Amino acid sequence: MTASAQIPDLLPVLPEIVLIVGALALLMVGAYGGERSSPLVNVASIMLLAAAAAIVTWLPSGKLVTFGGSFVLDDFARFLKVLALGGSAAAILMSLDYFRREKILKFEYPVLILLATAGMGMLVSAGDLIALYLGLELMSLSLYVIAAFNRDSAKSTEAGLKYFVLGALSSGMLLYGCSLIYGYTGTIAFPGIAQAAAQGGLGVTFGLVFLLAGLCFKVSAVPFHMWTPDVYEGAPTPVTAFFASAPKVAAMAIFMRVAISAFPTILVQWQQILVFVAIASMALGSFAAIGQRNIKRLMAYSSIGHMGFALVGLAAGTQAGVQGVLVYISIYLLMTLGTFACILSMKRPGGMVEDISDLAGLSRTSPTMAFLLAMLLFSLAGIPPLAGFFAKFYVFIAAINAGLYALAVIGVLTSVVGAYYYLMIVKIMYFDEPQRSFDPMPREQVVVLAVAGLFNLLFFAYPAPLLDAATAAAKSLF
Amino acid sequence: MASWPILSVTTFLPLVGVLFLMALRGDDEAAKRNARWVALWTTLVTFALSLMLVWRFDPSTADFQFVEKARWLGGYASYHMGVDGISLPLIILTTAIMPFCIIASWESVQKRVKEYMIAFLVLETLMIGTFSALDLVLFYLFFEAGLIPMFLIIGIWGGTRRVYASFKFFLYTLAGSVLMLLAIMAMYWNAGTTDIPALMKHGFPHGLQTWAWLAFFASFAVKMPMWPVHTWLPDAHVEAPTAGSVILAAILLKMGGYGFLRFSLPMFPLASADFAPLVFALSVVAIIYTSLVALMQEDIKKLIAYSSVAHMGFVTMGIFAVTSQGVGGGIFQMVSHGIVSGALFLCVGVVYDRMHTREIAAYGGLVERMPLYAAAFMVFTMANVGLPGTSGFVGEFLTLIGTFKINIPVATLATLGVILSAAYALWLYRKVIFGKLEKPSLINIQDLNYREIVVLAPLVVLTILFGVYPKPVLDMSSVSVEALIANYNQAVGGKKTAAIQFLVRD
Repeated sequence: MTASAQIPDLLPVLPEIVLIVGALALLMVGAYGGERSSPLVNVASIMLLAAAAAIVTWLPSGKLVTFGGSFVLDDFARFLKVLALGGSAAAILMSLDYFRREKILKFEYPVLILLATAGMGMLVSAGDLIALYLGLELMSLSLYVIAAFNRDSAKSTEAGLKYFVLGALSSGMLLYGCSLIYGYTGTIAFPGIAQAAAQGGLGVTFGLVFLLAGLCFKVSAVPFHMWTPDVYEGAPTPVTAFFASAPKVAAMAIFMRVAISAFPTILVQWQQILVFVAIASMALGSFAAIGQRNIKRLMAYSSIGHMGFALVGLAAGTQAGVQGVLVYISIYLLMTLGTFACILSMKRPGGMVEDISDLAGLSRTSPTMAFLLAMLLFSLAGIPPLAGFFAKFYVFIAAINAGLYALAVIGVLTSVVGAYYYLMIVKIMYFDEPQRSFDPMPREQVVVLAVAGLFNLLFFAYPAPLLDAATAAAKSLF
Repeated sequence: MASWPILSVTTFLPLVGVLFLMALRGDDEAAKRNARWVALWTTLVTFALSLMLVWRFDPSTADFQFVEKARWLGGYASYHMGVDGISLPLIILTTAIMPFCIIASWESVQKRVKEYMIAFLVLETLMIGTFSALDLVLFYLFFEAGLIPMFLIIGIWGGTRRVYASFKFFLYTLAGSVLMLLAIMAMYWNAGTTDIPALMKHGFPHGLQTWAWLAFFASFAVKMPMWPVHTWLPDAHVEAPTAGSVILAAILLKMGGYGFLRFSLPMFPLASADFAPLVFALSVVAIIYTSLVALMQEDIKKLIAYSSVAHMGFVTMGIFAVTSQGVGGGIFQMVSHGIVSGALFLCVGVVYDRMHTREIAAYGGLVERMPLYAAAFMVFTMANVGLPGTSGFVGEFLTLIGTFKINIPVATLATLGVILSAAYALWLYRKVIFGKLEKPSLINIQDLNYREIVVLAPLVVLTILFGVYPKPVLDMSSVSVEALIANYNQAVGGKKTAAIQFLVRD
């Protein structure tokens, strides 16, 4: 452990260094090679992400700290980095076919994703407020750009602009919160804040509220969710798939890190906020999704609801709760990627379709895809024995242990309401008369769907690896 | 104990059939025929295996038998299976009813045969698993997972209002069970385990018992179903295909009763004693009110569905009387109702396949063209009424005796329900079977064919056999029931007189 500032130990940051250097190199390749190099850049990006994930697992175990405590690589960060890297790689993989068909296969997209992922790596390892902000902005700025990636589409541009304006607002709040916290505690390092906050004081609480508001925006929790449906609908579908997966993981990670390592001493304060945010998100996610016709919009509300469920575990504020959130977010990542693999396959000779009603009779026209999608939807609804049930199980068992009974009861009841709209899609696929069939599924989507679908179906048989990893990760945070 | 995991094999054997079915290709007649035969053989072999459970079962102990245990879910729960005298009859009921369901769907299901059979086989695994799980989380897993295949069965192969019925079924049941899930978690934190045998000995504090009892009640009352949360059942029954109705009535409803016996009474005895009056009240309302409602039905299936609610009222009443007659009778009534109501739905399926209507008014005078059918239908109607000599009588009689010792007004009111059940059942029989055969559409209706005889004949035999000789079922469960009651009385500390050994012990 190097606490001194002479020569920072670069080893723990190696995955991020690889990503950034690789991204810049690929940018050069793209700039000189032009459009022709796009396929190469895409493939190279996926390999870079895989390499970074390999480095994360290869680095020496234990808690590695560098940059004077700004950057922490513990089991918690390792777990989430692997998830975020995997999510990003899957997002690039799934985008290939779509962008090729829409004729916007550009080298900038994978490069921006690499940069966003580097930001996520920074974010989950943040040990103080500056690192947090740096990571968050690196991630967010890349996301703003790729939301507007389809430049010629008014919807996509609108989504990017909306995301940027609201995102800037939330960053401002977050930064204001950080400055208040610094002002009242005199430090930016999380352990220092934890010590100073123990003495109480309204100022720290005030800063905490602003900080949490900024983070709620990033995980799209109610009441800071307004951007989500519009951005999800407007952005190109592969971008939506990306938004719904890796950035959510990273934002949830920093949420946990801030709450648990910087403010453990004023748990009572943020617990109230989280209980409210969780209930509001679960309720809004369930009720507002019922009326949706566009499947991307529906997935936006679904993700709002799921973030609410994940926050239930964090609201418990215990190790079991953090473990629950980690299990939840991992399972959520795979379920979402699998679902988006199906959404990206909803194309007919005329082009992509996005309405739920376009799935009518899918169980006849492509039975395997319909079956896997139905199972993913049941899983999102939390029906056993699918993976989504265990996700909910672990967060709620933590909430019960922490005595948050009202939160748990409201949570499970909203999950019943949520089940309705997932069932609605199953109904359309299985009970309605078939329409024209979709084009054959692109190979990349088949891969993602198969992995996610099998994981979802078979998780109950062998849950130990994920559970053990999540336990170790949660332990390292306390 | 068996040297090989006979219980797990029985439970998961249907999934092997599913693998075979998935390997089938094509949608032509040959593929359909193969799918039917694969499903039939799978269910028959499963049934044979479950008979082996009976053969090796030792009815002289209340301990769990054929126990299997393995690590699962990182310490929160384990894979723990086993049966006792309460669950074994229901497992046998499940495996025995399944082949009938498959045969009953032989001709009536023509679209997506393969998927249909897969759904049924998956459902069979989940039902057996529900009855044999000895871990709360594992139980919940099986219990809830059954919603998915049943949702699809009603929704894909159901009648005209199938979408409404399937959603109602799914959401009602889910809403009830999620609360149970929370109670399971609270129990875990209190006892440190989700192992059912350990929890039975744990002794929860009274406050937790009350809340957990209510949460479990929310789930089981919906499943059972008890008045006033029964409204999903008539819809689900009416819209489900014949075999789906049979499974619903014969087995899925029994999960509620089984839940009361396995969880509510042994784990929350104090709360059960507190809430027994509530259960009695709801049971009596169910028996009388739903019988009256049944009198007004115009749809055969709906009438039988309401009669199911009434009969389940006897089961809950008997169980919460917590006397050996009441509980033993409750179990017997579940088995008997499984056979009788299943058979009644099969009978409706027979005429529905010919006429494609379930309206009572569309029939009349069937005895002139379908004498065999009329005879079979009569046996089941009488069993439904509770005529002595049929299995229905034994169950109703035992539960009534059991309740009489505890609460005379409740038993008296419930007895009135028996009269009402005679009223609606006989009314239905008269309307459908007797009278003049004057509807032109019925002139050429055919009597039972071989396939239908094969389905109905064994059920007729069983109905009468258990009516005159109920000993096999009662013996199988009696020791477990006695142990359950002894624990309950010890926990409640009441001076309830040890049960009179009447009928139950032969």
